[in-house]
Amino acid sequence: MKPAAFGYFAPRDLPEALSLVSTYSSDGKVIAGGQSLVPLMNFRLARPSHLIDINGIGSLSGIDAADGRVTIGATTRQRDAGTHPDVKVQLPLLAEAISYIGHLAIQNRGTVGGSIAHADPAAELPVVALALDAQMHVQRTDGQRTIPAAEFSLGYLTTVLEADELLTATSFGVPPAGSGWCFSEVARRHGDFALVAVAVLLTLDAAGKVGSASIALGGVGPVPMRAGAAERLLVGEAPTDPVLRAAADTVGADVEPEDDIHASADYRRHLAGVLVRRALTTARARAAVAGNEHV
Amino acid sequence: MSELTTISVTVNGEPREGRVEPRRSLADFLRQDMGLTGTHVGCEHGVCGACTVLVNGRSVRSCLLFAVQVNQQDVLTVEGLSPDGVTLHPLQQAFHEHHALQCGFCTPGMLLTSLELLRDNPAPTEAEVRLGLAGNLCMCTGYVNIVRAVLAAADGHAASASTAAGSETAESPPGALPRFPTGKEIA
Repeated sequence: MKPAAFGYFAPRDLPEALSLVSTYSSDGKVIAGGQSLVPLMNFRLARPSHLIDINGIGSLSGIDAADGRVTIGATTRQRDAGTHPDVKVQLPLLAEAISYIGHLAIQNRGTVGGSIAHADPAAELPVVALALDAQMHVQRTDGQRTIPAAEFSLGYLTTVLEADELLTATSFGVPPAGSGWCFSEVARRHGDFALVAVAVLLTLDAAGKVGSASIALGGVGPVPMRAGAAERLLVGEAPTDPVLRAAADTVGADVEPEDDIHASADYRRHLAGVLVRRALTTARARAAVAGNEHV
Repeated sequence: MSELTTISVTVNGEPREGRVEPRRSLADFLRQDMGLTGTHVGCEHGVCGACTVLVNGRSVRSCLLFAVQVNQQDVLTVEGLSPDGVTLHPLQQAFHEHHALQCGFCTPGMLLTSLELLRDNPAPTEAEVRLGLAGNLCMCTGYVNIVRAVLAAADGHAASASTAAGSETAESPPGALPRFPTGKEIA
């Protein structure tokens, strides 16, 4: 239960960090909050030769709300993100999701970027990133790029990040005023990774019909996924109970969960439909008809 | 074997130095290098909460932090709760009075988690206490008396606010970690 020996770097600025990430790209590892990495190291499931600790780089931490987007630096603590006024007001879906992450002591140390880069398919933040069409900002020594959330995850704990790239920030588009939202999950114990997690965003047009719907799920496959069929069923319809139920009923056929020690694939499939229906119902209650946001 | 790194850490208000391998966890640093065995090591993967300490005033799992990562930072362990090493901290007193421990293994983590909880929310409901302690496992008590003790400490905290406020804040050294109760926090 002790990690294997490793070398340790604590770069002071981003160029130094990028240089180290490049130098040790073969078997080094970036550590942010370490709340997933260190357990893996303690079990010796991960044995990085070097850790590059990015916690001391001030420019990687912080929240910037401008031009209809909220951009969250990679090492921003989950607790700071979840309690930040801009996040609570403009991205309540994200704030709600963070309340499900582990326990307070995990949120105190765990980072937004760390959870997204770790890419556990049952983790909360990648699901929210997918639901909100987030953009991942990535840098390397000789350049930078922006990756849409839908293209970020490749598989279990695997992303499109190259070994010499560092996730520096995640940018979330702020949903239209009056959007309804809901994050919900079922886990075996409070604070555990979700068996199934659901993030829903719903906007209503001036006629009270669904203008747009975003439904993302975690825990139902190797990467978070969008429930496209359900979203298409909802748009243009009045969000009545039968409509929400019909949409939720399509989810089970869309997901590809696996059996594991925590739950069977059948149970996860069932749960996905139930959670989507409940989340849609909550989101509908929180949504305001367009032009009527303050009622 | 990795090289040793010299670190300076403020532990319970006192500046301390250590020479550690990078893989030395904060929990092992506190126990084996600092001799502060009040911080207990349970699961060593962040699940049980026994190793919870405050770093810069916030609860963290000391098994999931490396000692090199708290260089130049403030750590509060259970040994730092008592103002003089003899008098029990109000939370410790409440645990004592409400029989909130049996074997005591989880108690340091419970105390430090509760310290942060009551600092951030001085008058929690029972549900809030239970949620706040959900990340700390106890194999003996069934939690009932732990929750009672935290609620009692919160009540005592409120009751003593009018008389104790002020003086403790004035006596706190600069940069001291948030203690409970202090006049500032009560205000």
